[in-house]
Amino acid sequence: MSRDPDITALERDLPAYARSLGIVIAAMEDGSPVLAIPFGEIVEGRPTVFHGGATSGLLENAGYAALRAELARAGREHRLKPINVTVQFLSAAKSKPTYARGRVLRLGRRNANIEVEAWQDDRTRPVATAVMNVLMGGTGPDAAG
Amino acid sequence: MFGQRPRAWGMADDLPPFDPATAAPFMLGRGHPGWLGLRYVAHGADWVELALPWREDLLGETGSGVLATGPIVSLMDMASGMAIWTATGEFRAIATLDLRVDYMRPAREGAAVNGRAECYRVTRSAAFVRGVAHDGDAGDPVAHVAGVFMSIPWRKR
Repeated sequence: MSRDPDITALERDLPAYARSLGIVIAAMEDGSPVLAIPFGEIVEGRPTVFHGGATSGLLENAGYAALRAELARAGREHRLKPINVTVQFLSAAKSKPTYARGRVLRLGRRNANIEVEAWQDDRTRPVATAVMNVLMGGTGPDAAG
Repeated sequence: MFGQRPRAWGMADDLPPFDPATAAPFMLGRGHPGWLGLRYVAHGADWVELALPWREDLLGETGSGVLATGPIVSLMDMASGMAIWTATGEFRAIATLDLRVDYMRPAREGAAVNGRAECYRVTRSAAFVRGVAHDGDAGDPVAHVAGVFMSIPWRKR
């Protein structure tokens, strides 16, 4: 993982919700941002374990960040609208930082399919994964999806 | 009324059945649900409805006044868990296995979002839920949700 100049731009694009959860962009990896979230009371579900909703928030944000990076490389600008997300919870995310990275599996003209993985210490043992479909609308204020 | 409940998990004889209205202040008062400000709205034999207040620091896409989708997942996850405990009558450790959210439309700007989850089937170790998130009219949902939860055994049988 290496620091990349795009990180500043991608971090600026994170929504208010991501920033208030404490999500940052830790690194770039093969052109996709790696998002990180610290453990703390605001993300806690059962004691000492991440709430599934907070993990989902990290996954969704990593998916959007991966898509924004991909669109930036392609010189495209879109308003992104969620179609759906399916989250698989594989094991409890414990009280330590959690990371997530998305990969755009298909970038179409109107929609994108993104796969996201979240992990803690061991990259080969993800704590949760997600599949997302995102609609890419126009850029104008009246643009329809 | 007890006969209509999914009975697979049974009820501990010495404990009163789980009541979401009573449990809500404790369950929603701390941690992630507490930070989101989730609160209890209503419940039935197998469903629970919670509310997620609109808040500026929970907004999604920059420049829009619409709540991000992440908090809606948290809302539905929490409502689902409470619906399972309500339906089975028993507060028992559960883990979300799989949660799918289909987003119909953005929530209205400045609107709170309600999440209503129904536990429609319980087996020995799994519970199935479905639900909607809406911003005032449950007939015009913001999102549809389907999920599967597993019970975590708390003692050897």
